[in-house]
This record gives sequence, structure tokens and C-alpha cells, in this order.
Amino acid sequence: MPDLLLELFSEEIPARMQAKAADDLRRMVTDKLVAEGLVYEGAKAFATPRRLALTVHGVPTRQSDLKEERRGPRVGGPDAAIQGFLKATGLARIEDAKIQTDPKKGDFYIALIEKPGRATIDVLAEILPVIIRTFPWPKSMRWGARSTKSGSLSWVRPLHSIIATFGPETEDPDVVKFSVDGIEAGQTTFGHRFMAPSAISVRRFEDYEAKLKTAKVVLDPQARKDIILADAKELAFAQGFELVEDQVLLDEVAGLVEWPVVLMGSFDQEYLTIPDEVIRATIRNNQKCFVVRDPKTGKLANKFILTANIEATDGGKVIVAGNERVIRARLSDAKFFYETDLKTKLEDRLPKFKQIVFHEMLGTQAERINRIERLAAEIAPLVGADVAKARRAAHLAKADLLTEVVGEFPELQGLMGKYYAQAQGEDDSVAAASEDHYKPQGPTDRVPSDPVSAAVALADKLDTLAGFWAIDEKPTGSKDPYALRRAALGAIRLIVDNTLRLPILNVAKSALAGLPDKSNAEELPGDLLSFFADRLKVQLRDQGARHDLVDAVFSLGGQDDLLLVVRRVEALGKFLDTDDGKNLLAGTKRASNILSIEEKRDKRTFDGAPDAGLYALAEEKALAKAIDQVKSEAGAAVQKEDFAAAMSAMAKLRPAVDAFFDKVKVNDDEPKVRENRLKLLNEIRAATRAVADFSKIEG
Amino acid sequence: MDALPAHMRPERSFQGFILALQRFWAEQGCVILQPYDMEMGAGTFHPATTLRALGPKRWNAAYVQPSRRPKDGRYGENPNRLQHYYQFQVIMKPSPPNLQDLYLKSLAAIGIDSSVHDIRFVEDDWESPTLGAWGLGWECWCDGMEVSQFTYFQQVAGVECAPVSGELTYGLERLAMYVQGVDRVYDLNFNGRDGADKVTYGDVFLQAEQEYSRHNFEHADTAMLFEQFKMAEDACKKYLTAGWKEGGNQKEHLMALPAYDQCIKASHVFNLLDARGVISVTERQSYIMRVRELAKACGEAWVHTEAGRAV
Repeated sequence: MPDLLLELFSEEIPARMQAKAADDLRRMVTDKLVAEGLVYEGAKAFATPRRLALTVHGVPTRQSDLKEERRGPRVGGPDAAIQGFLKATGLARIEDAKIQTDPKKGDFYIALIEKPGRATIDVLAEILPVIIRTFPWPKSMRWGARSTKSGSLSWVRPLHSIIATFGPETEDPDVVKFSVDGIEAGQTTFGHRFMAPSAISVRRFEDYEAKLKTAKVVLDPQARKDIILADAKELAFAQGFELVEDQVLLDEVAGLVEWPVVLMGSFDQEYLTIPDEVIRATIRNNQKCFVVRDPKTGKLANKFILTANIEATDGGKVIVAGNERVIRARLSDAKFFYETDLKTKLEDRLPKFKQIVFHEMLGTQAERINRIERLAAEIAPLVGADVAKARRAAHLAKADLLTEVVGEFPELQGLMGKYYAQAQGEDDSVAAASEDHYKPQGPTDRVPSDPVSAAVALADKLDTLAGFWAIDEKPTGSKDPYALRRAALGAIRLIVDNTLRLPILNVAKSALAGLPDKSNAEELPGDLLSFFADRLKVQLRDQGARHDLVDAVFSLGGQDDLLLVVRRVEALGKFLDTDDGKNLLAGTKRASNILSIEEKRDKRTFDGAPDAGLYALAEEKALAKAIDQVKSEAGAAVQKEDFAAAMSAMAKLRPAVDAFFDKVKVNDDEPKVRENRLKLLNEIRAATRAVADFSKIEG
Repeated sequence: MDALPAHMRPERSFQGFILALQRFWAEQGCVILQPYDMEMGAGTFHPATTLRALGPKRWNAAYVQPSRRPKDGRYGENPNRLQHYYQFQVIMKPSPPNLQDLYLKSLAAIGIDSSVHDIRFVEDDWESPTLGAWGLGWECWCDGMEVSQFTYFQQVAGVECAPVSGELTYGLERLAMYVQGVDRVYDLNFNGRDGADKVTYGDVFLQAEQEYSRHNFEHADTAMLFEQFKMAEDACKKYLTAGWKEGGNQKEHLMALPAYDQCIKASHVFNLLDARGVISVTERQSYIMRVRELAKACGEAWVHTEAGRAV
């Protein structure tokens, strides 16, 4: 079956847009084909800086013919209905319609519509220009003389030529005939801008890809990445170094070249006094080059790896020399910034924060830093941190935002603060907190374990949450502009991973009390706590815990110690995996079901202690005894926060519950006995509430 | 090129370098203008770009524009930061289909051979909040160094460009430093001569960089500048109002250029105030807005002038 080859050749497409564009092209063309009844065998799209290309293979030559019966109005129906039917079906006269008899509803017209399938090449000629005109570039532009006309083509950068061929592999394919804004589809493209700029005539994907390769264009982005990565590793290895791999940079660099040529350059040793991260950020962000490290020390070497787009006639000497000049100038700036930063103590930068607004309703950065400082000092004893250190750490943690290096490379915030704090002789924990109080940033980020960092990190996150809660900027749906979900999750991970005991409600109250506007301080803490509960649920669910178990624990109420919630859920999960757990759950559920039926029937609840004098059967007495024992044992274990022991105690209930249901008829004829038995059932439910609300558990 | 005397070759002298670019673009049919006689932050502010980019008439021009960035002064101590430098600006309306090729040829004309250099077009979307302008294009890299800006204007002074112009901006000092192989801008050979006859960029501009840095950061009279901003803003509005011609069949403006001069003035005064550090973050935004409003009103006036409107 025939194949389609499509190429859209333009001026340089931004690297960051290429992968999605290739994907969009494939999706749009194949979706359209399928919608036209043309099922294809396979499709693949490619992007280089100057072209988007698509091959779709195994496309039928024609659409199949369509036969359709369409039901029309009643025979003898209103003329308007009949005229409408003729118009809709394309019949010339109503006599051309069939008449179908329906014994119930009477006779009505049927039109037989036959729609012959069209040649695929004609379908393509219709759909391709539409796809090109409606292509979803993140930003597109007009150009040239045609841009005066309304409806002129918009493309990411000027589009120069289009290849569109369609045909079976054994023959010369046909050109799909269409034009977009004066660009006629054909079978001509161009090679590498500098090394092989002439026109190339192609027939189908196989010779297209091969001819491009001869013309110094590697079409497949993955192939370009493979070449860059392999050559970069090789070059580094040959000099006894190791490439610092960087997937994001690799993706970008592969989108900047059609013919990757990897070269190595060096810079002066003196720049190695700058922190590695600053060197890397300088070389990576500004120059899009890789850095290499010494595998023995792990420290950066004074080398970098660049990817040129050309096999230079001098072997790349001039290119390397040019890049070295630029990198030298950049590193010289970075070194100057770094050394300038070191001359000012972090605390001396703080007054400037008085002029910087954090949020117009939440005051200046200086006010925010004061709040975090106070909160960190409050949290410190709860997490085992030295109060003075936590206060100092919070005092300095944001100061690096005003340094030159962070101004230049915002992604180094925190890290530079740590370096500058170390340089001015701060305590190690205090310095580390500059970097670590931003953590964890996401579900996979490292959670700081140093108590000082944890105290400042919690204070920072809780101030953020309390602040935006107080001004009613809570996240809604997919909107979370202040990353409050991430802040809450960060706080949860800090607490759980470090096994911290933090009464979150109290801390939230304190955070709210420090805010400029305290008008809503009444309801907010509870509201904020339930946000935490929701986040914890998501977090536990992501880790594989059953969401119903989380609900079963939160349903107990008053759960503001997140660590205990997690432990309860864990113990509960383990318990329910045992036979004892499963059977007890079944027994409790059975008790609950009976109770709810009877409660409904009697329109009352069966609270209160059962009367021991009314027990008639041994199983009743045994169950009552077991409940008492379990209540006190489980209660004591919960007191000691030993949830596993509480569950084991709970397990003892099981044989008594089983025996009770086996032998005892709850709905006894004697109302007093019945009432007493129902009360006993209620006691089972109450006993299990020592660990969780079993009614929320599924299964 | 071989016919040129040695001291005029683009890789030997800064002035030869500029002349080579001018000659190249003259051959492409551009009118070669002289710099605009006002202080401005970039060649784009020149009415030959800002205003001429608007309206349907063909327009191809190239010129050197001294550009003032008061904040970038470094008292002559930084090897490549200057508060006054030269931009070479090319505008072609409509953008010709081979503009990228023309650009690469212009690099060849100043001695950058694309068979040994790595020349790249790296995404850079251009936006000027003060001019109410934006376009898409690239920064052009030569061996990892940004040497030019290449932009297809989509909107200027709040007006959609129809047709679209192509704009090229060369950072002349930086390119010349690369071509001459010097690391410090003040070491550029200005006149291409040797020995006692040699004049460097430093001979011409070092003292100016030192003096203007003092002025821009320490002494510029802020009270006067605040007043000047207000006066330029008022004058711009006044000229715009006075310029609309009464009666006639079509709306017509008769003073877009003088009004626009005041917009340029306001913009530069704002840059000076900004360098003096007397404009707060919030005020900064509002000043930018005020200049943009002037630029937009001038654009609106321009498209109702002889040169700016449809025939």
C-alpha cells in the first residue's frame, strides 16, 4: 500500500518547539486520515531546526465506497419535511426514494445514498493545507509581501517549501497537488545550510532520508542526540574526564543543529575557584555547552564540550577558539559576580528587602522573613533543632536572592546562600538551611534531615500556606499559581520522612496570627488542616496506600498529627492483610449493617452500655468480655502510639465476633434481649473506632 | 574587497568594518542613512525603523545608530560593557524571502567565512515594552557569540505590521572585536593604521565612558530630568493633537515626526532616571507605560501621513 511523505521546510524552528511540533504533525495528519476512513499502518514524524517531516506508510489508495440508508418523513407528510429530506439527501424527486412500510407508524420514505470513495491523494490535497494553516505553534508569525493580505499564512518562522508525495513503493509517487499561501507542494528540499545548500529532488521517505544524510542533515532527532552523547563521552574519556550528562541540554542542543559536530575546548584553571554549579550554569545556560568532571574527585575540569553545526574546513580550530573566548568572558563575569558577592555579608543585604514587595496583601519580603524567623524559632524545639540556629538560619536563608550570582542564575538560589554563609563562617546547619529550606520541591526531591533545615523549611512553607489562605488565594482545580499544593506536600514529606511530631493545627494558628491581616483567623486553621489531609491522602495514595484506609483514619476526627495518621494507616493496612483482619472487618461490617437496618426500623440508635444481666448465651458473654478486654488493650496501645499492638489486640475480637454471629440470633423475640444484643453490636463498632472508622473501609 | 587599501579592510579597522557593511547593504538597494540626531537606546528607535516599519510602502534602509544605555556604563573598566556604543541597523519592508541569505552574505563581507565559523540562528523573541512592539526571530550566533539580532516585526507602536519588515541589528563593537581578535573593546583599531598613526577605540571613547558613567550614575540632574520627562510627554501629546488636519476626505496627520522626537526624548530621559536609581520598581512600570502610550499615539498618527498610509 502507498506511503505519504510530507516535509515542511522553513527558517530555524526554536529548539524547544520541535519535538511537540513533530508530534502534532503526526497526530493531526493521521487523525484526519482515520476520520476520512483511511486506516494506515504506521507513521513517524521528525524535526530538525529547519524542517518538520512526516512519513505515513500503508495508506489505502482510495476510500471505500459508502452506502447509507436514510430514513425520511412519512408518506404524505408536510411538504416542508419532504423538501428538507430531498435537500439533505440530494435526491432530485421524492419518487426516487424507496417507501418502507411500517405496520405501526405507517409508511415512510427511505433514501439510498451511495457515496463513492475518493482517491486518497485527493483527500490529502484537501486536508494537508488545512492542517498547515491551523498548525498549533505556541507562537507564530507573518512575513514577506504576502503579510499584507488578511488570512495570510502564519508559521513559526517563514515557510519556504513543501514536499508532499504519495504512492506505492514500486512506482514513482505522485505529488499531492496543493498550495498554501503561494507555496506549491512538490518534491524538492534543501540540504545543510552551509555544507550542502543545493536543491534535492526526492521521491519517498527512504530516498528522502538517505539523500538528506548525504546532504549533511541527520533527520532523526534521536539519532542526533545519540551522536552528540556518544561523541561527547568519547571526547571527555579520551582526556581522562567524564561528561556531566544533561538530558535537557542534550535535547536543546540536538534541536540547534542538523549535522552535529562535537568539539572540546578549555578555559583557564583560575576559574575553577568559582563553585562548580556556577561554572556549569554559565556554560550551560549561556553557551549551551556541556561540562566535564574529573572522575576521581568529582570536581569539574577546565574543559567544555560544544556542538557545532558544521564540519569546518580547518577541523574546528576557529570555532573552538571563538567559543573559548566567549566562555572566558562569561566566566570572567561570573567570577567577578561571585567575588563581589563574597564582599558583602548576607545580613547586610537584608535591609533592601524592605523595598521589595512579596505580595501586595502580604507585605514586603522583609516582613515575610521576620515571620519565617519567628515561626522557625517556634517550630525548632518541636523538631529537635537548636532555637538560636533555626532563627539565624531563617534570618539569612533568603538573603542570596539579592546577590549578583543569583540575579544572573535564579536556579542557583539557596545553593549560593549556602556557599556565602559558609564563607562568612556560619554554623554548618545554618548554612545548609539556605539551600535546604526550599526542599523538598517535588515528590522525588530530597527531604532535608537536619533539624535546623527542617524547622526553616516548615516555617517557610507554613507561612506561604497561611498567607495565601488568609487572602483567599487557595488553589482551585488546575490553578495553583503559588504552588500551594507543592508547599503542603513538602511540609508533609518533611514531617513524615523525618518522623516529626508536629501539632500542625497549632503551628498553622501561629502562622496565621503573624500575618498583616488577621480578620479570618477563626475558621482558617481547620480549613487549612483539611487541605493538609487532602494532600496527605494524595501522597499516601501515590505510594500505594488504599485511599479508603486514609479516609477511615481521618474519619476519626481530630487528626492533626500527620505522622500518627500515617502510622495508623500503615498498621491498618497490614492488619487487613491478615485473616484476622479480614474476618474482623467482615464481622464489624455485618454488625454495622444489622445496626443500620434496625436503627432505621426503630428510628433510634443503640448507644449505651449493654446490660450484663440480659446476656442469655455463652457467646454473648464471651463477646462482651472480649470487647472489654480489646477496648482497654487497644486503647492502651493507641495511647502508647503502638498501632501494631492495637491491631493485634483488635484481632482478639475476631473469634468472639465470629462465634456470636454463628450462634446468636440478634433479633430475639424478647424486645429487651434484642435491644441488648443490638447494643452489644454497637459496642463492636465502638471498640474498632480505637484504631479506625471501619465503616469507611471497602471490601 | 582586494581593491581596498589595507587600513580599510574590515578585519583591520573599525571604520572599515562599518563601511563594508554600508557598502554591502547599499548594494542590496538600501538607502544608507546617517545616525539620527537624538539620544536613543537602540537603532530601533530611529524613525527610519519605528515609523517606517508601519504602513504598506516599501522601505529598505541601513544606518549606524549610536546607542545610549546609561545603566550599562562601567567607568571604562569593563572590557565589553559600554553606555554608548554603535548599532548597525538594517530594515527591509517587506521582508525579502532571502533575508537570511543576505544576512549571511553580509557576514562574509565583513570577513566571517561560513566554512570555518559556526553560524547559528537561536530563538529569540524580541519585544520592546516601551515601543509597544514585538516580533519573532533569532539571535545570530557566531562560534557561540551573539553577534546580531534578526527580527520579523509583527507589531510596532501598537500597530500591526502590514507588510512585515525584517530587521537586522549588528552589535558593531562586539563583531569588530571578534574579527580583529581583541578582548578589550578599547583595544579595537579604529582607523586601521599602525604605529603612531593608529587610533584605538579607547583613544576615541574611553574618556567619554568614564565621564558619562559619572554623569549617569552620580550627577545627572534628576530634578531636571523629571521635569524634562514631563515636558517631553506634554509636548508629544500637544504636537499629536495639533497635527490632526481638520476637514478633508480622509483622516490626516501633519506632525507625526516632531511628536515622535518627543517620545524618543522621554524614553532616553527615563533611561537616565532609571540609571540614577530614582525610579522604584512600581513606578518603573508606569513610566514604561507612559512612553508606550506616546509611541502608540505616534504610530497611529504616522499611518495617517503621506509616508505611512496606503496610497
